[in-house]
Amino acid sequence: MLQRDYTTSQLDVLEAEAIHIMREVAAEFERPCLLFSGGKDSIVMLRIAEKAFWPAAIPFPLMHVDTGHNFDEVIEFRDRRTAELGARLVVASVQDSIDQGRVVEQTGRRASRNRLQTTTLLDAIEEHEFDAVFGGARRDEEKARAKERVFSFRDDFGQWDPKNQRPELWNLYNSRIRKGEHIRVFPLSNWTELDIWDYIRREGIEIPSIYFAHTRKVFERDGMLLPDAEVVRRGDDEPLFEAVVRYRTVGDMTCTGAVQSTAATVEEIIEEIAATRITERGATRADDRASEAAMEDRKREGYF
Amino acid sequence: MDILRFATAGSVDDGKSTLIGRLLFDSKAIFEDQLEAVERTSRDRGTEFTDLSLLTDGLRAEREQGITIDVAYRYFATPKRKFIIADTPGHIQYTRNMVTGASTADLAIILIDARKGVLEQSRRHAFLTSLLRVPHLVLAVNKMDLVDYSQERFEEIRDEFTAFASKLNVGDLTFIPISALNGDNVVSRSENTPWYLGTSLLHHLENVHIASDRNLVDVRFPVQYVIRPQRANDHALHDYRGYAGQVAGGVLKPGDEVVHLPSGLTTRIASIDTFDGPVEEAFPPMSVTLRFEDDLDISRGDMIARPNNQPQVAQDLEAMVCWMADGLKLTPRSKLTIKHTTRTARALVRDLHYRLDVNTLHRDEDATSLGLNEIGRVSLRVTQPLFVDDYARNRLTGGFILVDEATNGTVGAGMVIDAH
Repeated sequence: MLQRDYTTSQLDVLEAEAIHIMREVAAEFERPCLLFSGGKDSIVMLRIAEKAFWPAAIPFPLMHVDTGHNFDEVIEFRDRRTAELGARLVVASVQDSIDQGRVVEQTGRRASRNRLQTTTLLDAIEEHEFDAVFGGARRDEEKARAKERVFSFRDDFGQWDPKNQRPELWNLYNSRIRKGEHIRVFPLSNWTELDIWDYIRREGIEIPSIYFAHTRKVFERDGMLLPDAEVVRRGDDEPLFEAVVRYRTVGDMTCTGAVQSTAATVEEIIEEIAATRITERGATRADDRASEAAMEDRKREGYF
Repeated sequence: MDILRFATAGSVDDGKSTLIGRLLFDSKAIFEDQLEAVERTSRDRGTEFTDLSLLTDGLRAEREQGITIDVAYRYFATPKRKFIIADTPGHIQYTRNMVTGASTADLAIILIDARKGVLEQSRRHAFLTSLLRVPHLVLAVNKMDLVDYSQERFEEIRDEFTAFASKLNVGDLTFIPISALNGDNVVSRSENTPWYLGTSLLHHLENVHIASDRNLVDVRFPVQYVIRPQRANDHALHDYRGYAGQVAGGVLKPGDEVVHLPSGLTTRIASIDTFDGPVEEAFPPMSVTLRFEDDLDISRGDMIARPNNQPQVAQDLEAMVCWMADGLKLTPRSKLTIKHTTRTARALVRDLHYRLDVNTLHRDEDATSLGLNEIGRVSLRVTQPLFVDDYARNRLTGGFILVDEATNGTVGAGMVIDAH
């Protein structure tokens, strides 16, 4: 008899695991939602959701926490993709939180709405009574995330307690919560940045144009290239110049830097990432540089 | 390229962080900004060397106390494989973390300091590895440079450990003499150990055969979710009824005769569906959707198996339980929620037969409770039948978790020994 080799490729293993996690949530929670920002990780997560429930529609709404400082290309992509899927999109707006006096806008040159998002997110979770919230975070992104569970428990203040996490064994996930509490679920926990790109290539998934090299007016701050935009406060000592850049991560314009790159296709991006020696957050995110435990502190408060 | 998940056990003193740091660094999985951050912190603290444990100890409390509290997951890849490291702390008060990390591991690396030899904690790590049925075990005898790369010392440790391991269920045991600090036998074979004829650690990790570790014999498909498209305008899908889940054992093919549990009714697989089209076979760890030729009443928590190869349908379980709760103890009469495959039920602890000393393997039959990090043999009565196999035969249909009904915390992990 011919011996069949049942070796499974890494993308197939990761995809099967993520599908299992999504179905587990759909089966055990009453009101899940999926955080969809138009960034590459949430785009991959959305494709996994499509696969998990096919031929049925995705059985939960999508939610975007909109800082009002997003790239136009990404918002356009978000709306188009949502319409294609016939999915319901909940937009939680940081501007609304500011207008309602829930949060106060930061001032000064480095003002960012990054931290304000947490209040908007938690308010929306409460308003819609979401009990499970899918996020696209990966453990390879950041050292606090490396310790976070796939099913990450949040108390009724939305807080994460890293020292009191539920043990997670085999493929068994504990979904028990009380009213008012919720679980953040990270189906892509075990994916790396390169896995995400390999998957985008394999599946032929469309992503927003700003991930590819383009010419843009930028200025330099703390070694990062920030865009010329109304919402980004630029000082007189920060001259604009034109550069060929692309984005490795997509977030708020005020704290997301571009990298100089000529990678114009997914293949070229994969080549570039395979050779790079700097993490995506280190290269492009001012929000993580605030302190050594910046991410842990924000996550404790209820951040993504 | 496939994935190898491995757990590392040991303390900072054994050179575990140095070893992981070296694997990550040599495979270019550590980036410049991460290394700079670690160098900066090491300098600020007045440490002489670059403390690579700072890469994995990500929580504020861990950095402050200089210890590893929780399981950290790290990732690296070589052209041959992608690796997921579950980096677990070695001390006895973190037994639950090691159990967690080992539950999904294909392989475990236990580090031994060549100067100190086989210690109590090495025996504990080996026992936990065998309890969790990690299929491959590597004993990395580290700091060989400090014993002049002595073949005699290596063999002494190997023989002592082999004698101990013969009392355990260790599938595949490999010994490698290394120096994590100098890189001997980590990535490539070292000239300092000409007497060692085996491969380097990384070579072993890249080549150890794991595809057949999964159970490909006993068909087990726990039904996870019922897919019924409710798009009124699409008549083609009106009657679609698929049963979604992740294959836990065996190989399923369209046309196969299968049995549905708990009903005991048989039918045939009409098709195996995925978003990317129907497939000709499904095996672990694939997530697929099954359709059957007959219209049976099937719901989440049910099991699909083969008529001539079925799991135990059991309400009475004998199991080894690792207790993971702070404060709360497991005692006879404890009532808990049990989650096994996709089925959740309530369980009553009928008996605690013994508590195991994880260092000496001594069985304390007078024990009346299990506290945090303690392991014992327990009898459970479950409110509804579970479809189980011995854990030794299938980790996915033999493992379960216990949840406290008051706090909703995960308080125990169980491995089925026997069921009826």
